Amino acid sequence: MNWHELTCLQAATALSALMLTAAVILAFLRLVHGPSVPDRVVALDLIAVLVVAIVATYNIATNQPVLFDAAIVLALVAFLGTVAFARYVERSRHDD
Amino acid sequence: MIELFAPSLLLLGSLFMLLAAVGILRIPDLYMRIGTSTKASTLGLICILTAVAVHFGEMGIGTRAIAAAVFVFLTAPVAAHMIGRAAYVTGVPLWDRTIVDELHCRHDRRQHQPSNQHVDEPTTGGDGQR
Repeated sequence: MNWHELTCLQAATALSALMLTAAVILAFLRLVHGPSVPDRVVALDLIAVLVVAIVATYNIATNQPVLFDAAIVLALVAFLGTVAFARYVERSRHDD
Repeated sequence: MIELFAPSLLLLGSLFMLLAAVGILRIPDLYMRIGTSTKASTLGLICILTAVAVHFGEMGIGTRAIAAAVFVFLTAPVAAHMIGRAAYVTGVPLWDRTIVDELHCRHDRRQHQPSNQHVDEPTTGGDGQR
């Protein structure tokens, strides 16, 4: 790979993808390690937001604006998932 | 100059996302972790969505980016509040160096609701006796 032919936008998207991947790995460590269920839910929420950001970055990198709808739908579903997890955690405490 | 705008916004947003992930790994308490990850990831996502809107420069993409940004601004605090309340109700411990827990006397964890037993009485002055 020839580094001199990279444009500024290509370098920025590559670096951004690198940082977002490192962020997903760190959040996944919390997901594995988290001592309680809400820890894991927060880590999953952060991972969902990170995936939305990765899709948006991939949008810019490939110059395909069609994928942006997938990012919006993913943001919606992530919110619903977090709310459902929160209600599940609260309900499971309430029953016993 | 204008072609540097989208890459710099993209890098800024990714940096905030990375800081959110570092915070969710390093911060010792669930509640502080919720705060830092929600705020930092919201700001990072807003920056990245703005970068997408600036890069494409079309009306449809810009409108969708604004809609997604408004949606994230509305839903991220709600989700954080809900998961924080569920964690407090289920008894996730606070950090051992936490100074103030204002919900401690007002919230009965077993009853799943605020601990005023007499709901129909006026609540002024009822808290000092408990």
